[in-house]
Amino acid sequence: MIIDNSSTVLSVKNLTASVGETPILKGMNLEVKAGEIHAIMGPNGSGKSTFSKVLAGHPAYEVTGGEIQFQEQNLLELEPEARARSGIFLAFQYPLEIPGVSNLDFLRVAYNSKRKHLGEEELDAFDFDELVQQRLDVVKMDASFLSRSVNEGFSGGEKKRNEILQMALLEPKLAILDETDSGLDIDALRIVAGGVNQLSTAENAIVVITHYQRLLDYIIPDYIHVMANGRIIRTGGKELALALEERGYDWVLEEAAAGAAS
Amino acid sequence: MSTQVSLPSEVTLTASEKRAAYLADLLTLAQRSPLSGIDRPWLNELRDHAALRVQEQTFPTQRDEEWRFTDLSALLQTPLEAVKTQKIGTTAIAPFVLPEADQLVFVDGVYAPELSDLTHLPASLIVGNLSALAEQHSDRLQPYLGQQSGANEIFTALNTAGLTDAAILWVPKGVAIDIPIHLLFLSTVSHAALIQPRVLVVAETNSAVTLIEDYGAIGSGSYLTNAVTEIWIADNAEVNHTRVQRDGHHAFHIGKTAVSQARTSRYTCNAVSLGAKLSRHHLEIYQTGAQTETTLNGLTLLHGEQIGDTHSTIALTQPHGTTRQLHKCIIDDKGHAIFNGKVFVPRAAQLTDAGQLNRNLLLSSKARVDTKPQLEIVADNVKCTHGATVGQLEADEVFYLQSRGIDAADARQLLVYAFAYEVIEKIAIASLRRTLSELVQCRSMAVRN
Repeated sequence: MIIDNSSTVLSVKNLTASVGETPILKGMNLEVKAGEIHAIMGPNGSGKSTFSKVLAGHPAYEVTGGEIQFQEQNLLELEPEARARSGIFLAFQYPLEIPGVSNLDFLRVAYNSKRKHLGEEELDAFDFDELVQQRLDVVKMDASFLSRSVNEGFSGGEKKRNEILQMALLEPKLAILDETDSGLDIDALRIVAGGVNQLSTAENAIVVITHYQRLLDYIIPDYIHVMANGRIIRTGGKELALALEERGYDWVLEEAAAGAAS
Repeated sequence: MSTQVSLPSEVTLTASEKRAAYLADLLTLAQRSPLSGIDRPWLNELRDHAALRVQEQTFPTQRDEEWRFTDLSALLQTPLEAVKTQKIGTTAIAPFVLPEADQLVFVDGVYAPELSDLTHLPASLIVGNLSALAEQHSDRLQPYLGQQSGANEIFTALNTAGLTDAAILWVPKGVAIDIPIHLLFLSTVSHAALIQPRVLVVAETNSAVTLIEDYGAIGSGSYLTNAVTEIWIADNAEVNHTRVQRDGHHAFHIGKTAVSQARTSRYTCNAVSLGAKLSRHHLEIYQTGAQTETTLNGLTLLHGEQIGDTHSTIALTQPHGTTRQLHKCIIDDKGHAIFNGKVFVPRAAQLTDAGQLNRNLLLSSKARVDTKPQLEIVADNVKCTHGATVGQLEADEVFYLQSRGIDAADARQLLVYAFAYEVIEKIAIASLRRTLSELVQCRSMAVRN
């Protein structure tokens, strides 16, 4: 929801980033305020996923210019774990499998690392178990998932639900969902989107990265941004998604090119 | 003006003369310990016969194919002496005790009845040390003790030549023992000693037993553990074997596990090796009947300048055998792991189903692994797979954990632990699983960037 005088959660200015020698982000600008849901769409290779990884601090991407302010701190100075603890959450397109580490232990270690950062007492296994049982409902997950190894042998839908369960526990200030809808059937999509909607509040913000308008039927964005060639070339309301669904990306690219030339 | 210094004249030995002298000294040292408390002619003959086998051989070097990657020169520079043992009590062994199991404890190779506890085991089981067994029992061992193929291999023969006592486990026909039996071999020495543990397991038809063979150190000596375990599994019997090698930092460990499997028998070995500065485990499976099942899981953890070698041989001779082998190594610092896995599938072993996988995780740029899967298949109707992988921690895996607020160092530790856990989780004894998990976590704590 768009709230007047709401505080800025994320402010990205003129951001450029490369992988190796290849520039991917070429002057990215984005302002996200508390309460808002933003969707970033765009053709393959436009830099959407790179942007999400740069926000989370993936070491393979080098920021070559620009700035990222997250709740008035310089995000670029923080290690990935420090970003996570201060409230950034990235739901992965391809969540990793970690055989031998139980989901429950993993969730507890992650949860307690945040508590520690906030100067709060860590939860013991018993108290944490109670908390996690409540949160399971957000993504309609069975408790048996907790005793299994992290993501090991999970279906695509189960992995994505597990990501949203982590989001439910970590209560981020800014959640970035990278292609969370990919590989989901319609039932799983509804569950995942329903979970995200439950977690959206006036205090936090969500950035949804997606190829398809389909997800945006369930998670209604306040703003839609179209990315191409490493930057945002058009911003609109939720109606923009429908236009993109009908007409594809080409007209946006053409209009942007015309605008740049004039 | 120069002063002339006259050097004391020394007899200079060639390298091969030094090795011959070292081997001769080892054999003399081994033979010096007599049979303990038992005097049977066949045992003395066995010792003498083995001594001759040692004398016929030369001390291995890296020119021998079987020792190509494993350099024994550190051992050659360590003259060994007779054991000077220390008296230890129950407090000292407490960290090694497994509450689920009954235990036979050997201290520096000598049976320690006061530390052992066999009270929960059924009376039908023959368990104890060789010298305490009744004569009618000890003579039944003759067709088994020192009779496995491969008994003439130099270190095995050295152990037999110096046989003083042995841990004996004889499971009678049809008896399934549900209490695990912990064979604990502790060293207390703080000098360079030769310690030669020996185990004989006979599982009669339709019997089942779980044993844990465990090597640990209380002292800090640069001793050599030269251990031999022989396991005979009769028709349709089952042996679940866990082997833990946590010898001291300065120790050498050379161990043999020789297993003979009769028709429809099942054998599982979970071998975890993390101690000693140089260790070698020979694992030999001899199939003597059809439809056997063999499962070998191994985990080797190395850091500092440790060398850890596993040589396994699965010799199939009968149809319908199933073998599954997974060997994992985690190598940090300048550690060096060696894996050689042989599987022989002759024509007689039709319908064999054999799988082997060796996975290696290198945690530093100076870590090294030499891996050699070696399948020799003559039979034409078989299913055999093998593979070996060498890798490092994936940056994406570390990042995934970091993105959940977990420190990079903790993330690496967790991933190393997860790699190891695939083997540890197969160990049936919960307390041992916990202990080993903690040991792995302590080790991986030091993992750097």
